[in-house]
Amino acid sequence: MSQKELMAIPNVTTPNQPVLFDPEICNGCNHCVEVCQIDVYIPNPEKGKPPIILHPDECWYCGCCVNDCPRPGAIKFNWPLQSRGYWKNKETGEIGQV
Amino acid sequence: MTTWHDYLKEEGQPPSWPYPVRYGEEQEIEVDILVVGGGIAGCWAAISAARHGLKVALVEKGDTIRSGAGGPGCDHWCCVPANPHSRVNPDDWALHMADRPYPNGIGIQIQCREDYDTLLEMERMGGKIRDTDDDYLGAEGRYDDTKLMISPRYGTIHSYLPDPDMGKPGFNPPEERNNVVIRVWGSTFKPALKRECKRLGVQIFDRVMGTSLLTEKGVQGGRVIGATGLNNRTGEFMIFKSKATILSTAGGGSLWMMNSELCGMSSMMSRTSSGDGHIMAWKAGAELVNMEATGIIGIATGMKHKWYSGGGDASYENVPLVDANGKRLPLPIQGWEDAGAMVPTPETQAKIREGILKGEYELPFYGNFPAMSDVERRATWNLMLGEESTTKIIIDTFNQAGYDGSRDLLQSYKFLEGESMPQWRQPGMGGLLVDWNLKSSLDGLYVAGMTMFSSEDHSYCAATGRYAGRKAAAYAGEINHGKVSRDQIEKEKARIYAPVKRNHGIEWKELHAGIARAMQYYASEFRTERLFKMGLGALEKIEKESVPMLYALDPHKLMRTLEDIHMLEHAKIILQASLARKASSMPLGFQRIDYPEMDPPEWSKFSTIKLENNESKIGHKPQEFWGNMKEEYEKNNSDYEGVYKGE
Ligand code: SF4
Ligand code: SF4
Repeated sequence: MSQKELMAIPNVTTPNQPVLFDPEICNGCNHCVEVCQIDVYIPNPEKGKPPIILHPDECWYCGCCVNDCPRPGAIKFNWPLQSRGYWKNKETGEIGQV
Repeated sequence: MTTWHDYLKEEGQPPSWPYPVRYGEEQEIEVDILVVGGGIAGCWAAISAARHGLKVALVEKGDTIRSGAGGPGCDHWCCVPANPHSRVNPDDWALHMADRPYPNGIGIQIQCREDYDTLLEMERMGGKIRDTDDDYLGAEGRYDDTKLMISPRYGTIHSYLPDPDMGKPGFNPPEERNNVVIRVWGSTFKPALKRECKRLGVQIFDRVMGTSLLTEKGVQGGRVIGATGLNNRTGEFMIFKSKATILSTAGGGSLWMMNSELCGMSSMMSRTSSGDGHIMAWKAGAELVNMEATGIIGIATGMKHKWYSGGGDASYENVPLVDANGKRLPLPIQGWEDAGAMVPTPETQAKIREGILKGEYELPFYGNFPAMSDVERRATWNLMLGEESTTKIIIDTFNQAGYDGSRDLLQSYKFLEGESMPQWRQPGMGGLLVDWNLKSSLDGLYVAGMTMFSSEDHSYCAATGRYAGRKAAAYAGEINHGKVSRDQIEKEKARIYAPVKRNHGIEWKELHAGIARAMQYYASEFRTERLFKMGLGALEKIEKESVPMLYALDPHKLMRTLEDIHMLEHAKIILQASLARKASSMPLGFQRIDYPEMDPPEWSKFSTIKLENNESKIGHKPQEFWGNMKEEYEKNNSDYEGVYKGE
C-alpha cells in the first residue's frame, strides 16, 4: 500500500460495533434506525444498504434494533468483549462463552 | 460496510448528515395537553388524556415505539394488590409499601389502587399479560383459571432483604402468599402503547427533546402554558402551547459516571435519561424534593456484569446459586423459597466473603439452571429474563451461542467483579413535589413516573401516567390557553443554539466527564460542608468557563450538549440540597462527617428546593405530608370509573 492510500484516521472509539449486519439479508428498511432510542445509526446514503453505525459509543445494549428487525439474520448482536458472559457444562466442566 | 470508519475508508469521505438541517426554524403546535417524555409514563398519560376527548401532543427524544427505560420490556408488574389472586387489601398494602422513610405515599396509593385496572387496559391494547398459549402449565404461581402468573416477588413482605422468618418450617406456603406481583410479557407493551396513541389521534413528535417550559408572561413560578423543544435530527425549534403539561422524563442517571468511550453504558438506563424534565421544571420555579438523596450504582452497563449490563448474571433470578464445586450458597435468589428476597443480609454477605477467603466456597459461582424443573427453568429463562427489558437480547445471544440451561450452569459475577466504588453513584429519590392530582407546585404542570420524587418501577410509571393524564385533562377542560412570552422564546433560542455557532472548543463528552468527576470528589462517600462548597465551586467554574466553549457539529450532538447542561444544573441542585441537610441519613444514602448522628428525629423531614427570582429556596415537608392515603385517594377520585369502558 502506498503512503498516499493510507488515510490518517483517529483511534476508533470502542466498542465500535454493537451489531453486525448481513448485507445479503438486510434490505435497508431502516426499521432498526427508527427503533433505536439513541440514534446509534443513520440510514445508508445508498438505498437498500444496511444502516451506518454512527454513535456506537452511545449504545446502551438494549437489543431493540435486533429484536425488532423484520428480516431474521439481517442484524446480529455483537457483545463487546468485556461483556460476554460465561457458562459451564455441569457434567463435563467445559467452559462456554457468548 | 457497517461502521462509520468502513464508510470513510471505502468512500474516501464521511457520509453527509442524512436529515435536513433547520436550526432556528420554528414549528408551533397548539394542543390541550402536552406530554414531555414518551416512555411508559408518558404514553399512558397521553392515552388517558386523549380518552377524555382532548387534543394531545406527545414529545419523545427517541422513537416512542421502544423508547424509555421500559421500552425493551418488563417482566414484573409490581404491586397489583387489586388483582383477583391477591391476598392483601390494596389500601393496607399501600400503607405497607409506604412504611419506610421518604417514600411517595401518593404515587404508591395510586399504584396499589389502579395498577390492576392499568394492566387490564394494557391487555386490551394488545399487551400480553397471561399465559394464553399454556407455555407454563404447572409453573408455581400460575393460576389455571385466569392464566395469570404470580411472581415470587414480595411473597410475604415487600423488602428486598429476606423475611426474618425465612427458613422456619412452613415458611411462605402457596396458600398464604401475598400474590401482589404478576409476571408479564412486557416486550409487547411499548409498541402497543404507541399504536394506541396513534389510534386515539395523539400527535407524536418523535426525536424531539424538551428544552424548557413556557410560563405565563415568562415569569418564574407562573402557570405553565407549554414548552419548547429541539428536533434532534433537524435542529428545528418546536413551540408547544398547551393548557396543561405533563412531565414524564427520567432522572440524570449518569451524573456521577462518565466513561468517555462507553458513555451509553455508564448507568443502568440509556443515555436519554438525562433529567431534562427535572431541570425544565426547576427553571420554571417548580419545587423539587429529596434532591440530596443518592445511591451507589449496582448495575451499570459495561461497568458491572449484571443482567442489564449485558453479560447475563445468575443472581436474583429464582435459580439456586452454587459455588464452583456445586455447593449451595446461602444467597437469596428472588424465588419461592425466600419469598422473593433479592439481597443477602450484610451478615450473610460477610459470611460468604469469609468463606471464599478460607476456601469454604470456591469462585466462580453459578446459577444451577440444570437443577430446576423444566417448567420453572423456562419460566425464569424465557419469561422472567426474556421479557425483562434489555435482557431479551442477552438470552437470545446465549441461546445462539449454544447455551443450554438443562445442561449448563450460568456463571455469576457476584464477588468476582467486586463491589461498586462508593464514588459510582446516581441520583436517588429526587424529583418533583406532587399533590393528590399529581400536580407539581406550579399551575398547569403535572408529573408522572420518574420525574416525581421517590418514584418506583415500570407499573408505577404506567399507573401514575394514566392518573396524571386524567387529572391534567380535568384541569385543561376548564381553562384557556395562556399567553406565550416572545421574549422567553427568544432567550431560549439564543441559549440552545449557542453551541452550533461554534466549531471548536469543548465537546459534550468532556463536559459530562468533568461534571461526573466533580460529583465523585465532592458528593460521594465523604461528605462535609467544605467538600460540598468546593463541589459547587467546581461546577460553577465549569459553567462559567467551559459551557461558553461548548460546540456541537450536528443536531444530535447539540441534543447531547443540552442534556449535559441540564446535568450540570442537576448536579448543582444536588449540592445545594446537600448543604441544606445538616444531618446524616441512612435511607437517603447521605452520611455526613460533620453531622455524624444518623437520622436524628429533628431531621426526619423532606427537604424541598426551588428557584424564586433565580435564587434557591430551601423548605421542608413533614414525613407523610400527603395525609391519610386511603381517605385522600377516595376524596380526590370519587369520579374514578375503573377500567376504561369506551372504544
Ligand atoms: S437490519 Fe433489519 S431492520 Fe435494519 S435495515 Fe436491515 S432489514 Fe431493516
Ligand atoms: S442495542 Fe439499543 S441502543 Fe444499541 S443500537 Fe440497538 S437499539 Fe440502539
